[in-house]
Amino acid sequence: MILEHLARMSDDLPALQIVAPLLAATICLIVRRARAAWAVAMVVAWGSFVNAGVLLHRVLANGTISYAEGGWRPPWGIELRIDLLNALVLLVVTGICAIVLTASPRSLDQEVRRENHHKFYALYLLCMTGLAGMTITGDAFNIFVFLEISSLSSYALIAQGTTRRALTSSIQYLVMGTIGGTFILLGIGMIYMVTGTLNIADMAVQLATVGPNRTVLVALACIGVGTGIKLAIFPLHIWLPNAYTYAPAIVTAFLAATATKVAYYVLVRFVYSIFGAPLAFGELRLDVVLMPLAIAAMFAGSFVAIFQDDIKRMLAYSSVAQIGYMVLGLSLASVSGLTGGLVHLFNHAIMKCGLFLVMAAVLLRAGSTRLEAFAGLGRRMPLTMAAFVVGGLSLIGVPLTVGFVSKWYLVMGALEAGLWPVAVLILLSSLLALIYVWRVVEVAYFRQAPDATPEIREAPASLLVPTWVLVGATVFFGVFTSLSVGLASAAARMLLRIDL
Amino acid sequence: MLEGGLYPYWIVIFLMMTGLYVVISRDNLVKKIIGLNIFQVSVIMFYLAMGKVHGGTAPIEAAGITVYSNPLPHVLMLTAIVVGVATSALALSLVVRINEAYGTIEEDELRELEREEDE
Repeated sequence: MILEHLARMSDDLPALQIVAPLLAATICLIVRRARAAWAVAMVVAWGSFVNAGVLLHRVLANGTISYAEGGWRPPWGIELRIDLLNALVLLVVTGICAIVLTASPRSLDQEVRRENHHKFYALYLLCMTGLAGMTITGDAFNIFVFLEISSLSSYALIAQGTTRRALTSSIQYLVMGTIGGTFILLGIGMIYMVTGTLNIADMAVQLATVGPNRTVLVALACIGVGTGIKLAIFPLHIWLPNAYTYAPAIVTAFLAATATKVAYYVLVRFVYSIFGAPLAFGELRLDVVLMPLAIAAMFAGSFVAIFQDDIKRMLAYSSVAQIGYMVLGLSLASVSGLTGGLVHLFNHAIMKCGLFLVMAAVLLRAGSTRLEAFAGLGRRMPLTMAAFVVGGLSLIGVPLTVGFVSKWYLVMGALEAGLWPVAVLILLSSLLALIYVWRVVEVAYFRQAPDATPEIREAPASLLVPTWVLVGATVFFGVFTSLSVGLASAAARMLLRIDL
Repeated sequence: MLEGGLYPYWIVIFLMMTGLYVVISRDNLVKKIIGLNIFQVSVIMFYLAMGKVHGGTAPIEAAGITVYSNPLPHVLMLTAIVVGVATSALALSLVVRINEAYGTIEEDELRELEREEDE
């Protein structure tokens, strides 16, 4: 009897990914105490992570999970649909949410007034609701709704930054993000016009029978521009550097590793699952648009990063470049290319999150993330700076780190497609990453701190442990690639409709 | 098919371009938000226009009526309107904070102040 009840409850696990953080957000607002709200958020975030692991295990064992919300059967009702692709993305998003939240209290004490902490955690959970919802929903309109839930809460999170620049960065992101969201809505409307359905799986079936026409073409363009803004594809990345620089360090670590990744997932889902590779790349030639933009992003992002004096801002520009690699993988439209793009989603999330947590630690101890503040930190904060070095090596793509794994697959994808200049460009742009990482390493290890600076201690364990978990993961998944690459290539095969 | 052919869609495009132009060209943040609203409203009109069926009535079951308009886009737009209101509310509250912090809501003046801050 009880077992039967539990078994029935465990069928509802997909819905819990959305409902649990949504309810917990309101609980955070009610409890009002900073520590209590943090505890609530922690329980939900780690619970969601475990839940995502269970769901991934089920998908691997039994195939795609379809959950009819409220018992209304798809394609009429709203479906939550978890396959290999979004099970992987969900695991990344919930995992990052949980780890960043674990690291947050010390850093937040410095940047957000304590009486506002419960509101901060409520916003954080709302953002998590939106991101998880976008990832697992099987309904196109639902993607828009969850996108706006996550976007609205992220605008508010960014505005919590200590300087007034956080406010202008937030409104800049709001204006661009809303235009992006509205374009996605417009694109979904056009697909609905042509297919008469909002269910993603059903849309794919209907679109395949309709074939290419002008409405479908404009729909793809609208979705491309909309997700492009949220994903910060060059040249639609203008909002990103400011937002990442002036947001609280914790928010930056969280958003950099999740928001753009979920936007990338949405683009992949629309291009490969809904439009399908033959339509998007064969008839509508999406690769001709995306590939030059991706390559431009790889170079422009890295190049501008070299000249930044604020290291947080430098990492933000580096994100623009790394997004370029992901989009390049998408535009190659082959198993290796798409595997490279998807595995880079996973890899970039863990390494960039680790690096931004290093920024949080430096900001906490040294009071600034400008380059001058790093002088002598190699000796004063050895563990923190060692984490930066490992994360930086991964950004460059040194073997035995995850950065190498993703670049390996991207180069393979480029060579398979006969595009050897693209492969050369991938390697060249990695050299730019070497320059901007080296600048920081040089100052941290080889420049003496000015005598007048007060003694700087190592970062607290509450920040150091999550950072090293992520940095450890960049090495672990750089050596043992079966989980990340195995899943990504299986997802790529599924998206390209090639049997395993 | 629609009554009046593609006429509603021309209005949609006109509104959309007006909204985008206002967002891009105005420096005043409140005007920018108004532009954003116009842009969002154009998409709402787009959905409403596509739900209309020629000769169709309101989708309420009644004797002797077989052609109904599609109610689904209207329902979707209720959600989109809520999203639009939430966005405007958040944006306006940010504008209030910006005005408190900088003493202006003109974007060119804000840029000028931030440039001075950087130096």
